[in-house]
Formats: sequence, C-alpha cells, structure tokens
Amino acid sequence: MHPAFSVIFFTVTSGAGYGLISLLSLLNFLNLGMLLDKNTFFITAGVAIALFTMGLISSTFHLANPKNAWRAFMRFRTSWLAREGLLAIIFYPLIILYLFLIYIDFQIDQYFFMQAYSFFIFLVSIIIIHCTGMIYACLKTIPQWNTFWTPINYITIGIFLGSLILFFIFYLNGVDVDPYKYYLLSAIVLSFFTKMSYYFSIKKHTHNIRQATNAAIKLKSTNVRLLDVGHTGGTFLTDEFGYKVAEKKLLRVKLFSIFFGFLAPFALIYTHIFLFESIIICFIAICFAFLGMVAERWLFFAQAKHVVNLYHGAQNV
Amino acid sequence: MRLGLVVDLDKCVGCNACAIACKQWNTSGTSGSLTDYRPYGADPSGVFFNRIRHYETGNYPDSKTVHFPMSCMHCEEAACVTVCPTGASYKREEDGIVLVDPEKCMGCNYCAWACPYGARELDREEGIMKKCTLCVDRIYDENLPKEERKPACVMTCPTTARYFGDFDDPNSDVSIASSKRDGQELFPELGYKPVNQYLSPRKKVEIKQHEISEPDLVRKVKDWVNKVVEL
Ligand code: SF4
Ligand code: SF4
Repeated sequence: MHPAFSVIFFTVTSGAGYGLISLLSLLNFLNLGMLLDKNTFFITAGVAIALFTMGLISSTFHLANPKNAWRAFMRFRTSWLAREGLLAIIFYPLIILYLFLIYIDFQIDQYFFMQAYSFFIFLVSIIIIHCTGMIYACLKTIPQWNTFWTPINYITIGIFLGSLILFFIFYLNGVDVDPYKYYLLSAIVLSFFTKMSYYFSIKKHTHNIRQATNAAIKLKSTNVRLLDVGHTGGTFLTDEFGYKVAEKKLLRVKLFSIFFGFLAPFALIYTHIFLFESIIICFIAICFAFLGMVAERWLFFAQAKHVVNLYHGAQNV
Repeated sequence: MRLGLVVDLDKCVGCNACAIACKQWNTSGTSGSLTDYRPYGADPSGVFFNRIRHYETGNYPDSKTVHFPMSCMHCEEAACVTVCPTGASYKREEDGIVLVDPEKCMGCNYCAWACPYGARELDREEGIMKKCTLCVDRIYDENLPKEERKPACVMTCPTTARYFGDFDDPNSDVSIASSKRDGQELFPELGYKPVNQYLSPRKKVEIKQHEISEPDLVRKVKDWVNKVVEL
C-alpha cells in the first residue's frame, strides 16, 4: 500500500493524543489526579487535545473531495472510518465539559459522578484508537492488516506515546513521577511485545494468483501467468496499491523503528529513572519514540499487499 | 432482482471492444466523465470501469491464453458499501446494482481499498470515486428499443461473450448460461459473493505428441550396415 504521509501523521499523533487523555482521565478515576496541580492537569489535557486535533486535520488532507468531509459520519452503523470520525467529533464537547467541571472544582473525590465521567472519558478515548485500528483491520483485501493485532498495536502504541508525554510534562512541572516509573517502562515493553507479535503473526503470502483467477484457469491450474494487465499506462489502482519496496529496505526500516521506537526510549527512560536524571534525556526519548513510530506506521503501509495485485501480475500477496 | 453479467471466457477474444464501448457510453452517462489524464502525453492514464486482462496457463501442448474482462461484480457482500463512511456508495435494494452518489463522495479511497477486484477508480480531477454502473442509465431507458436495454459492453461484444440479466430469474440469459456451464464466481475465498460469473474455458482436445522412440538393436545394426555399404 502506498504510505501517504498525512495518514501516517494522523494515526501517530491522534493515537498519542487519545492515549495521553485516556491516561489523564484514568488517573482521575483512580483518584490520583488530586496529586496534580490544576496547571499541570490542564497543560497535559491541552497537549493531548492539540495532538489529536492535528491528527484529525491532517487526516482530511488525503481526501480528493474534502468539501464532503462533513458527511464522513453518516455510515457509522457499518463503517469503522465513520465510527472513528463520529466519536472523534463527539469527544470534543465531552472533553470540554469534563475539563470545565474540573476547572470549577467539581470535586472528583466527592462525587461519584466525576469518577464515572473520568472512566467514561478513558473508555471513549481507547475506543477511538480502537476504531482507528479497525479502519485497517477490517479489510479482508489486505491480509497483513486483517488481524486482531492491528487495533491492539494502535492502542498499545497510543498509550505508550501518551505515557511518555505524560511523564515528561509531569516531570517538567515538578510532579513526583516516582509512582509512574514502573508503569511507564511496562507501557513501553507492552507495546514492544504486541508489535513483535504482530510482526510474527503476519504472513508474507496468504493468497495466490490461482485463487484470484480460479474461473479462468480451471483447466490446468498449474503455472498461471499474467500476460497483459489491460492498461497501457499506470492507473489509480497501480498508484494506490502497486507500492513495492525491496525486502532489504523493509528490514532496515523495521530495525530502525524497533530501535528508535522501543529500545532507545526504554534505555533512555531507564537511564533517566535509575542512573542519571535529566529532562533532556526524557525529551530525546520522546523524539526518538515519535520518529520510530512514524517509521513503524510507514512500514505498516509499505508491508501491506492488497489482493488486487494478483490481477496486476503478482503471483502471491 | 440480482442483475449482473456472465462472461464466457471461451468466447472472449480479448479485443477490448467492451472496455471502449463502456468508456464511450459512460463518459457522458450518469457517472461521467471518465477523465483522461495527459491523453496525448508521454504517460497517458485515465479512468476505466472495465479492464481486460490476459493470462497464460500451462505449458505447450497444454498451454492456453485466457482473456479476462473484469468490472464491478456488484457483490452481494459488498464491503465497498459497508466501509464507505459518507454513505456515497450504496447497493440498490431493487436490483442489487452498486453505485456511487457523486454528491456525497469525499474521495477518501476507502471503498477502493475494500474492493478485491480493482473495480473502483478515483477520478482525480473530480475527486470522486467511479465505478461500473451496469449502465443503469441504459437498461431502464424506455426510449431505447427493448433489445438495446443492455449494458454497453454486452451490446458491443463482437463474439457475444457477455450476457446480461437477472440471476434471480431462472429463465434469464445469465441463469441459463451459468447453469449450463457451471458459472464460477471470482475469488470466492474472500466471501464477497460477487454476482457476476465467469464460464471457464472448456477442456481442449489433447494435442498428441509424436515422440520418436529409441531405435532397437536390430534397427541400429541395420543402420550401421547401411552406412558401411554407402561408404
Ligand atoms: S466488485 Fe468491488 S466495487 Fe464492485 S461490488 Fe464488489 S467490492 Fe464493490
Ligand atoms: S471514496 Fe467516496 S464512495 Fe469511496 S468510501 Fe470514500 S466517500 Fe465512500
């Protein structure tokens, strides 16, 4: 699949934004939010909102007819893309009201309501990331995406990036981050293992040319070759789906994303917590993690092979 | 009704007439235009609803070329419709034709991702997804004589390799052709339940290979004697 930069940017930043807000509301739900001063709380929420808003805006950049983008919520009963869009829009009034209640000191520890609301915000933000993952995972035409690991990866990576930012902002604002250190390290480890499980579970080849052309080639089903693809030049389909990357390059990007996305942030955060405290180290960890995740998303697209390639000359997808 | 096509792969000669007739009719039809990009430039490209692929199978003497026209299959389980967020893609209740409403489409390409058969092409100039309409603007047109109320591709095919009709009607052209020749749907593993069917090429008469066998001993001796005598 052709990796469009706007879509890569959208999935990474909106995932991080919703991951961050989910953690913040979870803290409130667990009554840990009291430990924060309002300032820190609102800065964190602001960063989260900025992140997923940027993501949403960039997701409209790849539309060929953006003037109809407002219709994108219509088919929420069947379309994961519509569900994601709808929830993302509904989320704004929800989160604004939530922040407002906190702002006017609608005490969270006294009111069951606020606790329920916090949990609700947590749940909705996780569901939104899940929807983003399902946009890809529901497609039977792209076997490498059509797995339950896809939404799990989106969620764990969103939470991982969110945790990093949360940790950073808290540290910057002098919040005692000690209780969060093991949590943060385990968020990195968890997203690493779920991503590795994805890599191990996806198959390079799931369908072959004979399945795709069964009707034509019923006679002698050995040795089927495409002679002529039926178009003299490139088409929309060859542009969109005919993206081929050399195996070596894929491997290089994979190693790059594993190193910068998971190993380096883990090592840096570990250093920061146990060996040498430094805000710069934390910041570098965030930069590396985002860089690694952009590479990871690029790979997610570049590695995916649409079955239509079987009609364009591929023997396997 | 379940309208669709049957393509006889034994008859199809791969002449591309259906693709051209399709383009000609539909570029000024309800889904028009089918934009061409750089038609006289170095790398022309453009929107088509119907593409004819050519396959080669087996090795001589059992080899065969198969011409393979592909357009929208108007699937019963049309994921292109269910994934479309705007509701622009829809499948008609009354006859099962899958269409795109250009007023609603936002050009997100998601439906094209969901289609296994490569039946959808974005018109980059209009920003709208385009696909085969089964000539919905022809087949119901009462101004046309009855025998012309067929998709342009079916009308034009010089070898009559294409049939059009209602699969729910056991007496339609398509039902008869399909039951006689065991019509096949494409890529059934994916579960889209395509309506269009293909008639696989029939088994060819085997071409005998006349192999020259190793000469026996008597023959070898005779040959040798002949050679010596000739010398
Ligand atoms: S062939 Fe493709 S575009 Fe046509 S109905 Fe099936 S999935 Fe949709
Ligand atoms: S490109 Fe148009 S028809 Fe296709 S899924 Fe997007 S909005 Fe629907």
